[in-house]
Amino acid sequence: MGKILAYIEGNKEVLKRTSYEVVTAARNLAKDLNIDFFAAIINGSEEQISTLKDFGVNNVINIKHELLQIPSSMSFAEAIYQVAKAENANIILFSANANGLEIAPKVSIKFDAGYIADCIGLEIVENSIIATKPVYAGKSIIKTKIESDIQVYSLRPNIFTATKTDSVEIKISDFTPDLNQEKIQSKVIDIKKNEGKLDVLEADIIVSGGRGIKGPENYHLIESLAEVLGGAVGASRAVVDAGWRPHSEQVGQTGKTVSPTLYVACGISGAIQHLAGMSSSKIIVAINKDKDAPIFKVCDYGIIGDIFDVIPKLTNKIKALKQ
Amino acid sequence: MNILVCISRVPDTASRIFVGTDGKTIDTQGIKFVVNPYDEFALEEALRLREKNGGTVTAVVVDKDVAKDVLRTALAMGVDKATLIKAKDNFDSYYVAKNLAKYAQQIKPDLIFVGRQSVDYDSRFIASALAELLNLPSVSVVSKLTVENDKIIAERDIEGGKEIVEAKLPCVISAQKGLNEPRYPKLPDIMKAKSKPIEEIEGLDVTNKVTILEMSIPTKQRIGKILGSEDSDIEELVKLLHEEAKVI
Repeated sequence: MGKILAYIEGNKEVLKRTSYEVVTAARNLAKDLNIDFFAAIINGSEEQISTLKDFGVNNVINIKHELLQIPSSMSFAEAIYQVAKAENANIILFSANANGLEIAPKVSIKFDAGYIADCIGLEIVENSIIATKPVYAGKSIIKTKIESDIQVYSLRPNIFTATKTDSVEIKISDFTPDLNQEKIQSKVIDIKKNEGKLDVLEADIIVSGGRGIKGPENYHLIESLAEVLGGAVGASRAVVDAGWRPHSEQVGQTGKTVSPTLYVACGISGAIQHLAGMSSSKIIVAINKDKDAPIFKVCDYGIIGDIFDVIPKLTNKIKALKQ
Repeated sequence: MNILVCISRVPDTASRIFVGTDGKTIDTQGIKFVVNPYDEFALEEALRLREKNGGTVTAVVVDKDVAKDVLRTALAMGVDKATLIKAKDNFDSYYVAKNLAKYAQQIKPDLIFVGRQSVDYDSRFIASALAELLNLPSVSVVSKLTVENDKIIAERDIEGGKEIVEAKLPCVISAQKGLNEPRYPKLPDIMKAKSKPIEEIEGLDVTNKVTILEMSIPTKQRIGKILGSEDSDIEELVKLLHEEAKVI
């Protein structure tokens, strides 16, 4: 009988939001399969780990090694592989964030195991895990199963809800992997944060602009609505291809796939490749002057009107609500 | 410098997707297949490096015979050599990675490019998996690349910013939009590419790791309440978001 390993990552004095999602998924699977689970972190602090006590995690392995001080997908994957092996873990869960998507395939290959990326559901059927995964950018969905004993999954952020449970005592054990400097052939040498700017991948609320915004000089309308909502600014492909906004803001099949709680599409007609990137949002609002725009077929709430007239009014009304 | 670019053949992103009769894969009728959009950035980067430093660029695809069309596109863009690794029926991405690894071991490239992800199964698996099979470093989702004598410096997109990664050569890079502006093949090059040779290799006998049980089209029920743009409508919207949807 194996165990479930949930790979978690620190973020300042707490953990990344996605880590709480991954441990909750691990806890639920462990209960259904009647097996144990634990969380593994690289160079975690006690403060970070202690935030797990309300999430029912009673076993945390803190992987420590001086060669892990400088992040590298090679050394991180090796360290996680070694801890999974030592602990006899047969189900390994990652978040499908930038790090998880890079490391999880390496761990699966080290075990010669199957891997399913970017899952939006994990259920148990006849004692095996059936994973649900969007394909073709969410235009269709597959149910899929790993055939190997050891199984690796990454979970799409903001889909698996992190839920608290009875508070538990956490047992923290240190683990020192056997790492060789010669074998670590890549390293992170710098990180450039987009200061003061919320990324669409991390945002609960996204306000996106499309061709209807007419030019980059009008984008302040989108930005001010995003600001009162506490959300991130997104863009359609047309807007990015026109050079009005950076590619980091593009939502859609050749941009980012997002699942926020609220997605506001302003002046976006709803090309299929845009819809693919945001259709798993919980609530979709569309503002467009063309009543026949395809976006109105997939929205929860629509406003048929000129965005130049509607957005300022909407921004003011929300500002008033929040005060 | 010898560069290998691993490409794939996918439905055009404007395609509507329907489930095929097997209930597990898409209905390919009426679908226009193209070079995976991210692979165009991979091909372009490889061609620019060759133009600067010399060497050869090889494009490879693991797929059925029909995928020769994407190899022709790669040839029209300017790759020196095109190879089709003939895949078995119903192969998974593990099968692709294993076949690419075997081919890479034979031709020993200095640098391997893939697209950020294939816009069919969207797994971002190949770069990391292939690198691991070859014991090489990899950097995924790269939007800026500098190649030096024995190493690369790559900027990769992460949540809320960029990560700058240094890796030794040989290395596997997955290309992100923004890395470059891919060239459009010119008509004479498209014509010439039609008669260029394509090497064909039989795929390895590798067992899949993953089985697809069923495919479906998502049908999320939306509220679908459409309002006008009067002040009262906007007020109504705010009220609905606050009280009904409880998202603000």
